[in-house]
Formats: sequence, structure tokens, C-alpha cells
Amino acid sequence: MARAEAEVAKSTGGVVKWIDDRFPLMETLRYHVTEYYASKNFNFWYVFGVLAFVVLIIQLLTGIFLTMNYKPSSAEAFASVEYIMRDVEWGWLIRYMHSTGASFFFVVVYLHMFRAMLYGSYKKPRELIWIIGMLIFFVLMAEAFAGYLLPWGQMSYWGAQVIISLFGAVPVVGDALVEFIKGDYAISDITLNRFFALHVILLPLLLVGLIFVHIVALHEVGSNNPDGIEIKENKDANGVPVDGVAFHPYHTSKDLVAIIIFLIIFSAVVFFAPEAGGYFLEHANFEPANVRVTPEHIAPVWYFTPFYAILRAVPSKAGGAALMAAAVLLPMFLPWLDKARVKSIRYRGWMYKTALTLFVISFVTLGWLGLQPAEGIYVTLTRIFTVVYFAYFILMPYYTSIDKTKPVPNRVVYNA
Amino acid sequence: MRRARQIIAVVAATLLTTGAFAAGGKDYPPSNIDRDNIQSLQRGAANFMNYCSGCHSAEYVRYNTIGKHLELSEQQLIDNLMFNADKTFETINVNMPMDDAVTWFGAAPPDLSLTARSKSADYIYNFLKGFYIDEDQTHGVNNRWLAGTSMPHVLGELQGYQRAIYDEKVAEDGSVTRTFVEFEQVIPGQLDAEAYDEFVRDTTNFLAYIAEPVRSERRKLGVWVIMFLTVFGILAYMLKKEIWKDVK
Amino acid sequence: MTDDVSDQVDNNRRHFLTVATAVTGAVGAAFAAVPFLASLKPSARAQALGAPVEVALGNIQPGELIRVLWRGKLIFVLRREEKMLSELANNDANLKDPNSEVVEQQPDYAANPTRSVRPEFLVLEGSCTHLGCAPIEDFPVRPAENWYGGFFCPCHGSKFDLAGRVLKGVPAPTNLRVPPYRFVRDDLLLIGQDTGVA
Repeated sequence: MARAEAEVAKSTGGVVKWIDDRFPLMETLRYHVTEYYASKNFNFWYVFGVLAFVVLIIQLLTGIFLTMNYKPSSAEAFASVEYIMRDVEWGWLIRYMHSTGASFFFVVVYLHMFRAMLYGSYKKPRELIWIIGMLIFFVLMAEAFAGYLLPWGQMSYWGAQVIISLFGAVPVVGDALVEFIKGDYAISDITLNRFFALHVILLPLLLVGLIFVHIVALHEVGSNNPDGIEIKENKDANGVPVDGVAFHPYHTSKDLVAIIIFLIIFSAVVFFAPEAGGYFLEHANFEPANVRVTPEHIAPVWYFTPFYAILRAVPSKAGGAALMAAAVLLPMFLPWLDKARVKSIRYRGWMYKTALTLFVISFVTLGWLGLQPAEGIYVTLTRIFTVVYFAYFILMPYYTSIDKTKPVPNRVVYNA
Repeated sequence: MRRARQIIAVVAATLLTTGAFAAGGKDYPPSNIDRDNIQSLQRGAANFMNYCSGCHSAEYVRYNTIGKHLELSEQQLIDNLMFNADKTFETINVNMPMDDAVTWFGAAPPDLSLTARSKSADYIYNFLKGFYIDEDQTHGVNNRWLAGTSMPHVLGELQGYQRAIYDEKVAEDGSVTRTFVEFEQVIPGQLDAEAYDEFVRDTTNFLAYIAEPVRSERRKLGVWVIMFLTVFGILAYMLKKEIWKDVK
Repeated sequence: MTDDVSDQVDNNRRHFLTVATAVTGAVGAAFAAVPFLASLKPSARAQALGAPVEVALGNIQPGELIRVLWRGKLIFVLRREEKMLSELANNDANLKDPNSEVVEQQPDYAANPTRSVRPEFLVLEGSCTHLGCAPIEDFPVRPAENWYGGFFCPCHGSKFDLAGRVLKGVPAPTNLRVPPYRFVRDDLLLIGQDTGVA
């Protein structure tokens, strides 16, 4: 044993020691990797954080290579995307990975957020992690929106037109704000150029910075688990949480399996259905932007449609925009809206379970309604589900405080 | 784990049902093109060059790309397809000045590189079969799928000319609703109905091909990628199982 | 004891699986890198724009140098006079590689005393082999300076003779490069392609 330790010390001498004297390399690795303890009973829902990280890497990598051939000008943008798809060797793969990655980013982030709602991960002491996470979500929406203008197709142009016009609903300065965002009197070459700058520089920098802070905050308080138990409150003689296992090799080996399964699904879309039935790449976007003609049926990309539906729920520009802003911002206050004494849904009563189910149904249905024309029964349904969506948050302090909860065990539930 | 499976099933079912809506929009009778049929694509290429490329460009498509995918030699390309170009690496452009086109037709003929992706192959197939006699129009024809089209019936010599038959219903308030019933052949063309159908299908197939030339390559590669990932996944799963034996 | 044995077996299996997974992952990463690296190669458009260029020879006067672009690179086409050709052999002692022995610098058919297919026409890449500047012509012969006509690079003073051969005592290491070319007709030169009969 002693000899083994000596060997380890020797092998980490030399270069590693030289670095360690000047930079906390091994300490950082220990703190965040080999001696970061997370609960051993993580389930399916706990893979989406690492998957979001994988998608981020895919987007950064493919994005860099797309930038090498893309031209951010209204005269050349559309053609340069087709140039990438046809003339650049393997360009099609890089582009499809990026366009598919955009949608998958939202898939995994929505599921990641849902996990937090299932197991109360936003509750004390993780409020700040949740808030940083919400900021990441906002930046991600801005990033996706800016990116969607770049191919300069019909949907790019008219989608941007609709969303930017929303800012016109801001009282007093609305119109000036819209012009300020566009940098012109209409969406033009100038708008495209600045959206490109935002999409490839500012927003990715913000995103990476926020994700870094998100993880630092997480490792400070430790990960939640499906039982909503603080594993740090129950440590062995060495100070290791008895229900925790080291991130490496335990969670890394588990995450690797999740990553590969994810990559299989991702590849299935990239190689066999890159348009995903018009959801990931909309048909009208294969036509260059045309200021004179709006496509017959215009809807945002699927990941914005729940909020887009809420926008259309009220017949007033200012009201719709305000409602949509509220819908996006409200989840940020979850840590204080939720009055329950327990975190995990496993120990909550029927009220929260019902509320969460209704919320998921309303979110998915709103997403579907956002793709439908704003007429007839769709409007009625949109209004109903908008009410359900808001009720989940607004009534939360009430139903979570009277909901009957079950006692939480001392140790996590785990069957090897 | 069972819970997870249930959830996946629900998500999958939701995606599938909404997928049906995504196809949405107008429903066109299916074109039934066979995208992997090289002969059909070769015929379609010839059709396109003979009948379409006089007015329509395909500005993102290079002749040599077509040659590579459709198994045509450089000489075959030059002899059979390249009427508007003299180098195989050129893209498919038209010689007609677009300003003149606007004067002649009222609108510039659109580029056809991506039409099969923006409008769908089924649309093209039906559009090419949807011309009918309408004296009110500039070119004497209208199209069932694009009312008031400024495109003349270029394929009229092949298809002949047909008339649209409508079922007219007069409501109590006097308003008339017209529903399309069928086409009736008025002037025969060089091809019979079946041969014309094949002609249009081949042409549509070619247009679907140029909209995404890499399609067949991408699907072939996808099989390998997923097979590799499956093997990798099995190994990783066994490793995970092994490592997690430590955890009691 | 039995525990020890099972531990032993486990460790072997664990080690094997770790290595197998790592190797498979590395292979996957290597495959994944291919599309990204390959995308940096000249695209179909770059290849199209870099197609061979034709040069009509009829209008070039004896002793005249014309500059054309092939693949965005500067190409010299010099129609050498009889006098220029006769000077070539006199200068071998001053040259680093008089016999064009550095094979990368010219196609086989230009590895001869005049470094050309037809001695009358010299075809060269106008890019100094030192650091890529464009040499300037300097044809007048000045025996006093030991200069028999050729090219001079303004950047770092490299000198080349009328066959593009580098002189001794200058920074350029090798002769100017001869691009692939062929004569399509007697009066038509094709630069960038030499398949078929030269």
C-alpha cells in the first residue's frame, strides 16, 4: 500500500508537480472530478445536464467550421449555406449537425429543466444554480433566434420580422427599440451582419461563461438527487457522503453510456431525417428571403412555439408580448413560489403531482398550438392552456403549502 | 427504469402524432418517385435539360456533381446534358436574360435547385400534370396547383391539353362553389397518359435529387455511424456495469 | 481467498473493458475529425475556379513576358528570344541547381536545360522559392555585374536566370517552380493540366 502510494507520488511528480506548484491542477481535478461526490441513485432524468454540455461542444465545433464558409451578407448568405451544403467537402454533415444540434439543445435543456421541477432541484440551497440556469436558457433563446436569421431563408426573415416586432410593444420607446435592434428601417443586410456577430461571438461567450458559473455553483452545494436528500448531511469517517459516489469513474462511466445513446438518436436525425419533417429545418427556409412575399403559413421553430402560442392568446399586441415575457420569466421565481417542505416528487402529495402533470400537458399542447393557425378552436384551446400554464406558478405558494407530503428517508433509495 | 420507458413511449407517441401535422399544408397526390433509381434520374436529367433548363436555372448544381452521382462520364455529360455550359464544373445557368423573362412571362422563372425541398417533390409532380386550358390566362393555360401561374404549358406537346371539370353548387343565397372533379383530355399529345406520367415522375425525381445531391451518401454513411456507436455503446455499458459493481 | 480470486478476475475484466472503450472512443474521435479536417480542403467551387487556364500565344512578341493567374497564383509566360536561350548555358557555374535536379520544382518534361517543353516558351510560377514574393523581370545583360538576364526578387534579393534557375549566394533555396502545362495547339497554351500529350 505504502509502495503504491509512493509510486503514485512519483508518477505525478515531474511535470504535474511543476504545474501544481504554480496552478491548482490536481486540486481542481480532485474537487470537480475524482472527489466530487454525487448521489449514487441518479436516474434517467439526471443525464440531460451532461448531454446539454455535449450539444454545446457540438455546436461550438461545427459553428467554428461553418463560420469559415458562411457569408453574413444579405446578398450572399443564402447561397453560402448552399455552398456549404454542396461544394464544401463534408460541409453538409457539419451544417446538419449544427441545425440538428440547435433543436437538440432545446430538447435536452427542456428535459433538464423538467428534472429540476420533478425533484425540486431549484429549492434551497440551489436557488442560485436555478437562476443561473434560467439565464443560460434566456441566452440560449437569443442565440437560437440570432442563428435562425443567418441562413436568410423565408422563415429566417419573417420569423425575425415577427419576433423583433414584439419589442414594438414596449411602451413609449417601442418603435425606436425595434429600429435600434434592426439597425435599419427594415430587417436588412445590417441586421444580418449584427446578428452574426451576436451569434458567433457575444452570445456564445456569455453562454460558456454562464455554464461555467452554473457548474461551479453546483459543485459548491452538491447535486440534488431523486429523493431530494442532502447527501452531505450523512458522511462516513473520511468525510465522504455515504450515499455519494465519485464523479469519476462512477458517474463518468454512466454518463458515457447516456452520451452514446444520445449520439445514436442524434445521428439518426442527422443522417436520416435532417429536416425532421419540417420541424428542425422548415420547408419555407429553402427559399431565399423575399421582402415582398410572406410565406402562407408562418410559425417559429418548434422550441419557441409554447411561448409563441401564449403571445397569441390575447388579442392585443402589448398584452400578448407582456404575457409572453411573463411566461418566460416566471419559472425564475420557482425557488420562492414553491413552499413545500420536501423537494422530490416522490414525497409530495397529489396536488403537486397533478399540478406538474397539468403543467407538462399545457406546455406540450401550447407548443403544438403555436404551430397551428390562430383561428377558431385553436384560440380557445390556447387560452385554456395559457391559464393552466400560469396557474401552475401563481397558485403554487398555495397548493404546495397545503399539499400533504410524505416523510423523507435519511438515506437515498438505491437497489444495486 | 420502467417509468423512464413509459415516459419515452409517451414522448415518442406525441412526436409521431405531431409529425403527422407537420407534413401539413396542402395534400398532394403522391409522386411515388424512386430516389435510388439511377435510370430514372438519368432520364429526368435529360428531361430537365431539354424542357426546363431553357428558362430555369439550378444555380447551385454543378454538372460534374450530377455526372458523379448519376454515373455519367464527362463525355456523356457534354453530349447529352450540357447545352448551356462548356465546362463540367460549371453550374446550371440559363442564357436568357432575366429582364426579358419578366417582360415575356410576367415573372422571372424561379431557380429550381431547391424547389423539391421548399415545395416538396409531390408538388412538382402534380404541378407538371396540373395545366389545363383557361382562355382568360395570358398563355391560355392555368394550373390547378398554382392558380394564375405565369408559366406556359411547356410540356403541352408531350401531354397534350386538358380541360378542368368542375362540380358547381349554387347555394340558397346564390353564391356558387366550384369543386374540382377531374381533367378531361381535349387535345392529345405525343405521349399517352402513362408515358407522360413516367416523364413527369422522372423529371420530379431529378429535381428532388438536385435539391439534396448528398442524400443517398448521407443515408449510407448513417448506417455505419450508428453501427459503430452501437458497438461503442455496448462496450461502454459493460464497463459501466463493471465499475458500478463497487457501489453497494 | 475466494474474494481475492473474484477481485482478480474483476480487475482484469475492468482493465480490458476500460482499454477497449478508450480505444473505441479514440477511433470514433479520429473518424469524427475527418469531416472537419477535410472540409478545409479546396471546395468544389475553389476547384472550379482553379481550373486550367488557356493562354493564346499568338500575341506574345519575342522577348515579351506576360502574367496570368492560375488558381489565384501568378504565372509567368516568357517568349524567349534566340539570344536569351543562347545565354542560358554560359551561366551554369553561378547556379545552385543548373540541371534541375530538385524534382519537385518542375514536371519531368521541364527537367531539361531550358526548363520547358518548347524552348521558346518559358512557363514559371511567379513566386520566389524563398518566401513567396513575386520576382521582377530584369532582362538586359550586364556582363560587368555578372548578370545575364533573368528575374530579381524585390523582397530579399534572390536572383534567377532566364530559365528560372536560382543563382548562388541568394536566400532562395531552389529554382522557380514550373507549373503543369501543355500545348493544346501550336498557338494555345493550357496551364494547370498536362494529361494527354505534352
